[in-house]
Amino acid sequence: MNETVIEARKINKSFSDPVRVQVLKDITFAVRKGEFVSVVGKSGCGKSTLLYILSTMDTDFDGDLLIDQESTTGKKEKYLAHLRNGKIGFVFQFHYLLNEFTVLENVMLPGLKLGKYPHEQVEQRAMERLKMLDIQSLALKKANKLSGGEKQRVAIARSLINDPLIVMGDEPTGNLDKKNGLIVFDIFKRMAEEYNQTLLIVTHDQEFAERTHRIIEMDDGRIIKQ
Amino acid sequence: MNYSLLYKISISLLLARWKQTLVAAVGVTFSITMFIALLGFMNGLNDLLDGLILNRTPHVRLYNEIEVNQHQPINSNEEFSIGHNFINSVRPARSRQAIYNIEPILRAIENDNRVLGVAPKIDAQVFFNGGTIDITGIINGIDAAAEGKLFHFGDYVTIGSFQDIEVMSNSIILGKGLAEKLLINVGDVVQIATPQGERFSLKIVGLFQSGIQEFDKTQSYASIKTTQKILGKGTNYITNIQIKLKDISLAPVVAKEYSQLFQTGAEDIQTANSQFETGSFVRSLISYAVGITLLIVAGFGIYNILNMMIYEKMDSIAILKATGFSGVDVNRIFIFIALSIGISGGLLGLLFGFLVSLGIDQIPFETASLPTVKTYPVRYDIFFYGIGLTFSLVTTFMAGLFPANKASKVDPVIIIRGK
Repeated sequence: MNETVIEARKINKSFSDPVRVQVLKDITFAVRKGEFVSVVGKSGCGKSTLLYILSTMDTDFDGDLLIDQESTTGKKEKYLAHLRNGKIGFVFQFHYLLNEFTVLENVMLPGLKLGKYPHEQVEQRAMERLKMLDIQSLALKKANKLSGGEKQRVAIARSLINDPLIVMGDEPTGNLDKKNGLIVFDIFKRMAEEYNQTLLIVTHDQEFAERTHRIIEMDDGRIIKQ
Repeated sequence: MNYSLLYKISISLLLARWKQTLVAAVGVTFSITMFIALLGFMNGLNDLLDGLILNRTPHVRLYNEIEVNQHQPINSNEEFSIGHNFINSVRPARSRQAIYNIEPILRAIENDNRVLGVAPKIDAQVFFNGGTIDITGIINGIDAAAEGKLFHFGDYVTIGSFQDIEVMSNSIILGKGLAEKLLINVGDVVQIATPQGERFSLKIVGLFQSGIQEFDKTQSYASIKTTQKILGKGTNYITNIQIKLKDISLAPVVAKEYSQLFQTGAEDIQTANSQFETGSFVRSLISYAVGITLLIVAGFGIYNILNMMIYEKMDSIAILKATGFSGVDVNRIFIFIALSIGISGGLLGLLFGFLVSLGIDQIPFETASLPTVKTYPVRYDIFFYGIGLTFSLVTTFMAGLFPANKASKVDPVIIIRGK
């Protein structure tokens, strides 16, 4: 249970436009398997920036990032895309589904991209995940016909399709009302407790954070409390 | 690499914006349609115009050149054998116009397997008597069967049958312009006089229209036998040998070879009619230029539409990248989109182009100078269709390349955070 899933070593990042501002200063921490971690902090403290670095989408930083005990520094874009595909699930604040596809297809796409299972099996796995989140009845609807809460649940199902090492969320409840926010939180909680899923969620919702296993608090680019 | 997945995504993106896609595809369809129709029509016209001259021009013509004797007497005199003799005011001797050894030459040419066919011919200058005036003209003594087979002579005889000159002795086919000048018609008798003063009456069995007015005003055709009789010559009197080759491009070589072999003058079609090739070439060039311009314009249309699509689909591109699609994958998706537009638009364009060509082929086109042509000429050449499809693919690919590269460079973080 102490296996490290993701580890940040002395991560520094600055934006240089229009003036040089250092947004992350010596960030060092690790997330172990099965942990439900939340990152909190004021707006502009760099928590989202950190999350995008951890997700491998942003590679413009100093320091080292280890995913599954493997360094990602200097790796090619294609390799990182493959890594994201197989090991990281992502849930955004704005739901970001592909409107051209049905709910089922949206969930299936990363699975088809990974190509680990044949088409029928990916479909079956997608249905399992939709069932787990109690939205299997929406499977054949177009993504743009859903409500905000439903979309976010579809996005969670999508993030789980490839059995990722870690699911990351950028304010996943930030754009939802109280009721839907609670539903989404309960899903995360259930994933962590029943399925032993590692979760790293950025939020500014103190109430949300307090109910997670571990809180990382950030201020002005530094971790001030773990 | 999972191409079918990428292809499926591109198709979904395409169908989601099917109106824009349709506009882009219609642009390609239109330009390919015009390309095919234009090229088919232009080349049909080219063939027609070339045919006017080239079809009835022999590929190689053998004749006895009127020239200065190469062996001047002074050169044979030993006294003047040192140095160079300058001879002034040399005149051509009255040499014989007929080709020597005509029978063996004809046989030898017929046995050459590069030759499609050979037709002997006699040119005779005559005067046609029309009441009080004489009109200078030419009687071409021809072998009607060979002339019909090799030079489509029958196509130009509008009244009567060209074979009648062989059947009926002392018969002639006049050019329409000539007959009009003489105010005579088929069935009438025309009086002719040779430069030597002999007079003959010939029965008119037909009229021909070559498409070239000047030609029709002076020319007439009779059988070889009749012409020999008019000129008072024997049966081996032949002034020209017309040769049609299987491959026209061999004409200069064959002409040179025969000229040396048979000791006659020889003229090939490329030398005799070089202006026609130039004309055809320039016309083809213009039609290709217009066609390709159309395609490039369509290419810009596709470029614009794909560019717009990328701005619209920024979110989708970001999400694809965030969930594990690489830049190369995104690039391929947009290239697929561009090529799908190109292929569907291009194939439809080929079909419509063919239909438009069929349409042009039905439009009546009747002109006095071209008796055999009833509708506008169109050439159906699989080569044009090949070029059309290739170019539609190349231009759409090029048009897709830049937007696709742009899409592949979209930074998902900026899109996702920027909202």
